[in-house]
Amino acid sequence: MGHWFDFIGVTILLVNLMALSSSRVRSCVRIVAAQGALIGCIPLIQHLPHITPAQTLFPLVNIILKGVVFPWLLLRALRAANIRKEVEPIGGYPLSLLMGVAIFVISYWLINRMSAPGHPASVLNAAVSFSVFLTGAYMIVSRMKAITQVIGYLMIENGIYLFGLAYLKEQSFLVEMSILLDVFVAVFVMGIAIFHISREFDHIDTEKLSELNDTMTAGQGL
Amino acid sequence: MVKKEIIQFALSLIISPLLFGVINRTKAFFAGRRGAPLLQLYYDLFKLLRKSAVYSDTITPVFVFAPIISLGAVITSLLIVPFAGYRPLVSFEGDLVLFIYLLALARFFIVIAALDTGSSFEGMGASREAQFAVFAEPAFFLSLVALSRAAGQMSVSGIFSSSVTSMWSSYGPMVFLVLGSLFIVFLAENSRIPVDDPNTHLELTMIHEVMVLDHSGVDLAFLFYSAAIKFWLFGSLIIGVFFGPRNFGWGIDCIIFIVSMMVLACITGIVESIFARLRLLKVPHFLIVALALSVVAVILTLR
Repeated sequence: MGHWFDFIGVTILLVNLMALSSSRVRSCVRIVAAQGALIGCIPLIQHLPHITPAQTLFPLVNIILKGVVFPWLLLRALRAANIRKEVEPIGGYPLSLLMGVAIFVISYWLINRMSAPGHPASVLNAAVSFSVFLTGAYMIVSRMKAITQVIGYLMIENGIYLFGLAYLKEQSFLVEMSILLDVFVAVFVMGIAIFHISREFDHIDTEKLSELNDTMTAGQGL
Repeated sequence: MVKKEIIQFALSLIISPLLFGVINRTKAFFAGRRGAPLLQLYYDLFKLLRKSAVYSDTITPVFVFAPIISLGAVITSLLIVPFAGYRPLVSFEGDLVLFIYLLALARFFIVIAALDTGSSFEGMGASREAQFAVFAEPAFFLSLVALSRAAGQMSVSGIFSSSVTSMWSSYGPMVFLVLGSLFIVFLAENSRIPVDDPNTHLELTMIHEVMVLDHSGVDLAFLFYSAAIKFWLFGSLIIGVFFGPRNFGWGIDCIIFIVSMMVLACITGIVESIFARLRLLKVPHFLIVALALSVVAVILTLR
């Protein structure tokens, strides 16, 4: 059984690296959806021999939300905003990939140093969860397009969920549900926001937002 | 006992050019052609060996010695690589470092000979080869380190002759990553398609072929032959990770090993037929993927 978890953990990590190195926003959305669905499968496998309805329901909701609903919303926003490709992130794609690896190394080190209450069910998955979390944060700071930043936000949520799975034998339904609801609302709002931004302006490049100031109009006045 | 090892060594020396024939036949099959004969590389080698080399006036002795040194280095590293999981002729603690550096030596001399011609075209190829080596070599080194940590052995033959089955059961995900990394390095080092196209000539995108343009006759034969042996070296590492020693008896094991090398050549041919070559700027990206996989593999063995 532990072997299977290791395999899933490594797959999640590889999916993580794929998300970092893909330049197509559309495939990036799909990759993160696959990651969410993979993570959602872990509790199902964990309890597989004798599984209660509650233990089935929650992962299923999770898989459907992350694997189907979120990507659907995001892809719709993508269509509305008419974007295909992410411009080069800060530092370029090879560097992003190396950053992903460095993040994994750091999180592995952190997990081995951390003295958390209780022992993780799987050290590898705990390390992977940390790296998914940090990778999401890195995505947010290094990508220009608003939609990739939403994807980073989703990755952070994936990381939190995986961390919970790695550390807790039994997931607390209420906490997970509330996080999921938060994320759901956030994605929903961001999808609408991106749609509106793209209708008002010609682009959803967040780099351009830092250029907003009064001097330009003042200069034109002169 | 020594006799078997010599037979293994001789077998790998004899069979390695055949693998290129297998690749070409596979590619021809995919393209709907008949393709060159399986033994084409042997014919080419014999033809070239009968001819004398032509040298330009501007070269220094480096250009003359480079093919010999590179062939020598590659054959020496063939002494270290196990055949079908059996002990090679030479093995000692830490010989994997020697193995990697022998390959680096071969590459260094090909690169420096290309620079020695003074042709800007060859210099470009040399620069590309050196640049991609920067990414491919750490990936290769780290894959071997990961395998050596998992097997608890410090020699190439130790890694592949001891415990491949137990490695798969206790370090499954790690071996998987190493295989991926080794395969990418294998394609890159042998100048195969996602990285380099061995069939193009006089194009601005080639890497390995551009460096051997000025070599002729015996020198060119040496370079072709060392490329074939290099293919065998990397291939036998990949096959070694898959199988390791089995106990069907020496003869049958050897046959299985050779057949699986042919299968690997077929797979390479299939990869070459269904993938396009990457843009030159994307090649480092591709190689960094191999590097990332091997770093993760090393981390996974730290448990």
